Amino acid sequence: MLKRIRRQIAIFFTVIGPGFITAMVDNDAGGIFTYSQAGAKYGYLSLWTLAPIALLLVITQEMNARMGAVTGKGLSDLIREEFGLRVTFFVMTLLVLTNFTNVMANFAGVASSLELFAVPRWVSVPLAAAAVWLLVVKGTYRSVEKIFLGACVFYVCYVISALLIEPDWQQAISSSVQPVLMLDPDYITLVIGLVGTSIAPWMQFYLQAAVVEKGISEREYAESRIEVIVGCVTMVVIAFFIIVACAGAIWAHGPRDIEDAAHAAQALKPFGPYAFALFAAGLLNASLFAASILPLSTAYSVCEGLGFEAGVNKSFREAPIFYWLYTLLIVLGAGVILIPGFPLVRMILLSQVLNGVLLPLVLIFMVLLVNKRELMGRWVNTRLQNAIAWLAVVILIGLTLALVGISLRDMLG
Amino acid sequence: MEELLYFTELVGLKVYDLRGRRIGRVADAALVPLIDPARVDRYLVGGGWAWLTVRYDQIRSIGLDGIHLQDERLTPYHDDEYMLRIGRDLLDQQIVDVDGRKVVRVNDVTFEIRREQSAQVLRVLEVDVGLRSILRRLLQGVLPRRWIRRIQTPIAPNSIRWEHCNIIEPDPLRRLRLNISYKMLEKLHPADLADIVEELGPEERESIIASIDSEVAAEALSEVDPKTQASILEALEAEKAAEIVEEMSPDEAADALAELEEETSEEILEEMDAEPKAEVRELLEFDEHQAGSLMNTEYVALNENATVRDAVEALQGNADLLETLSAVFLVDEEGVLKSAIPLGRLFVAAPGVPLRELAAGPLLRVKATDHRERVFEIFDKYNLLNLPVVDEEGRLCGVITADDIISVLRNR
Repeated sequence: MLKRIRRQIAIFFTVIGPGFITAMVDNDAGGIFTYSQAGAKYGYLSLWTLAPIALLLVITQEMNARMGAVTGKGLSDLIREEFGLRVTFFVMTLLVLTNFTNVMANFAGVASSLELFAVPRWVSVPLAAAAVWLLVVKGTYRSVEKIFLGACVFYVCYVISALLIEPDWQQAISSSVQPVLMLDPDYITLVIGLVGTSIAPWMQFYLQAAVVEKGISEREYAESRIEVIVGCVTMVVIAFFIIVACAGAIWAHGPRDIEDAAHAAQALKPFGPYAFALFAAGLLNASLFAASILPLSTAYSVCEGLGFEAGVNKSFREAPIFYWLYTLLIVLGAGVILIPGFPLVRMILLSQVLNGVLLPLVLIFMVLLVNKRELMGRWVNTRLQNAIAWLAVVILIGLTLALVGISLRDMLG
Repeated sequence: MEELLYFTELVGLKVYDLRGRRIGRVADAALVPLIDPARVDRYLVGGGWAWLTVRYDQIRSIGLDGIHLQDERLTPYHDDEYMLRIGRDLLDQQIVDVDGRKVVRVNDVTFEIRREQSAQVLRVLEVDVGLRSILRRLLQGVLPRRWIRRIQTPIAPNSIRWEHCNIIEPDPLRRLRLNISYKMLEKLHPADLADIVEELGPEERESIIASIDSEVAAEALSEVDPKTQASILEALEAEKAAEIVEEMSPDEAADALAELEEETSEEILEEMDAEPKAEVRELLEFDEHQAGSLMNTEYVALNENATVRDAVEALQGNADLLETLSAVFLVDEEGVLKSAIPLGRLFVAAPGVPLRELAAGPLLRVKATDHRERVFEIFDKYNLLNLPVVDEEGRLCGVITADDIISVLRNR
């Protein structure tokens, strides 16, 4: 018995990576902004959304991990094989566009977090872009994954930062389990935003590809599922501390809107240099992390789906399209941040709209694929799993479309 | 008159009967590889409610303007298992490019139009990958066929000759019916085959390893990373797995078995022949941090009084070892290691010279129970190609070679 448990733990550590990294990257610059905004404006009120977010994430991510482990193929591979080239091309085009705006947002996060430490953006952004590019081109899958797992640890910044602020823990705990609905349009927008931005199409592609790349098979699937769940839970725990920190630091002294995540860090200054520095460092870490993963994941998914050679272990000559796509996403994503007066906010809203088109497609494809017996064998969804999956998909699509509406309103209005 | 036709052009092509009336449009085309590996045997034509089958010899002419029949006795379509349907079974799937030694995804298929007696037939010429064929797929049915041809010309074609394409089919029965074999794969370098195997999904890779020659499978499997190795061995029948493991060198076999669950590795060991089984079992006894877990039990040991002539004779009897051998060892009556002779020195010595005189400097060796870090240190310090391993009494029990060290260090 003891031996069995020990073996399970040993396997758990060999499968650690995909689920954890995916969930943590979800707390990127955009995510941190949304959570900060929630805390700054509504205090502890929105904390109850975190548990359902974790649940929705687990439901969708588990299917990806399962498909990856059983078929040994990435999501874009499966879409290509089952739905043909045209559909794949359409999905990939949208994926490139949404991920591109995400890359931009995260380089903006790098710029604004380092500006808090008086590093001008024309220094920080090119350096960050070069570092990100080199990391993947010169690294191997193993070393890159280790660095990424290291980056996950840095999210502890937010926990410490929140502890330093000494928020109202009692209220934080009680709000976490108490759903609050108000007919305030801004509040509804916020709740939709919290859930809607918590799940993005790139996560499905990245997680499944990472599971395949790591060589996780059916026999390690049980441990891999635990890893996915632990990752999703950790992610909302971090989100919890971000919201609580902003609630304690900003909302408690007068609720207000914030413009970006760096403003939230600035508002933490009265609580001592550490709270501020940790919050800003957390933002930098998250932005860099996401800026490294997104271009890589995009290039992989596109090349796999369209049948081009891909992989960091291939040379530039062997996999030209892979490297070009990867390089362009970084260069352009970082480049536009340096253009004065670039309409970044508009681009991010646009990305929400594209996201709203892509996510429903991806989720529906996923549930269809996971139900194909010739692919999944005995691992197809059970009837109960299907009911839960479709319910989650319908909720997510509903919220995403609502977010599209809001984004369109903001863009045009 | 065109000589080539793409599958993207064939699909949707109008089919006319003898009097020039339109019957329907081509929906798919199929080969029957048991009869002919490249000729399109039948065309599936959609018209009205059901699909019809047009046999290749019923077609008078075929081209961008349509298909004209010379015989209109068509039969309704029914699926049969000897048919490889291009649209359904080939397009968008992964196949192995044996010439380029990689896995590719099929975007389109190029046919050659040929005349066979009174009929015009299509023969598969190439499988298309790359940008040009993606463009054709995207524009298919949107723009006229001739326009698409003109638009694609600036893009360089990227195709694989049909003879070099190896379809991977996990179902053995279907493989037989479609006349698919993995013979071409056996000729690849084991390292290339390993790369290909790693790129495929579990079902496909297991089917390849299970059906190719055990010796080739063992060589390829030795190059695959340990995790994939384990999942492949686990999926195979114990008997087949044992056959492959027997062909692997004992240290690699032991490493592979150590990755498996105890129950499975026991099952495989049970199926193995007595001699390799004993060797592998012995190696499995060692903890993975001990020198013994790195060693190989295939080596050439001679009596300490042997001459160069004896050594050459011994090597002739062990021809299969020669590829990786870099030294022979001298032992006394008890099997205690006395000295190591670098293989190169045998070439420049007279046949009658006692081997003892050719021994390399001080004798380096490790105990099987030594920590493997010590092994790495010695290899590094003395720039070794091999290092003998002895037991507590100093008797030779194995050899660690540089390639074992490299793979251990690389996997860190």
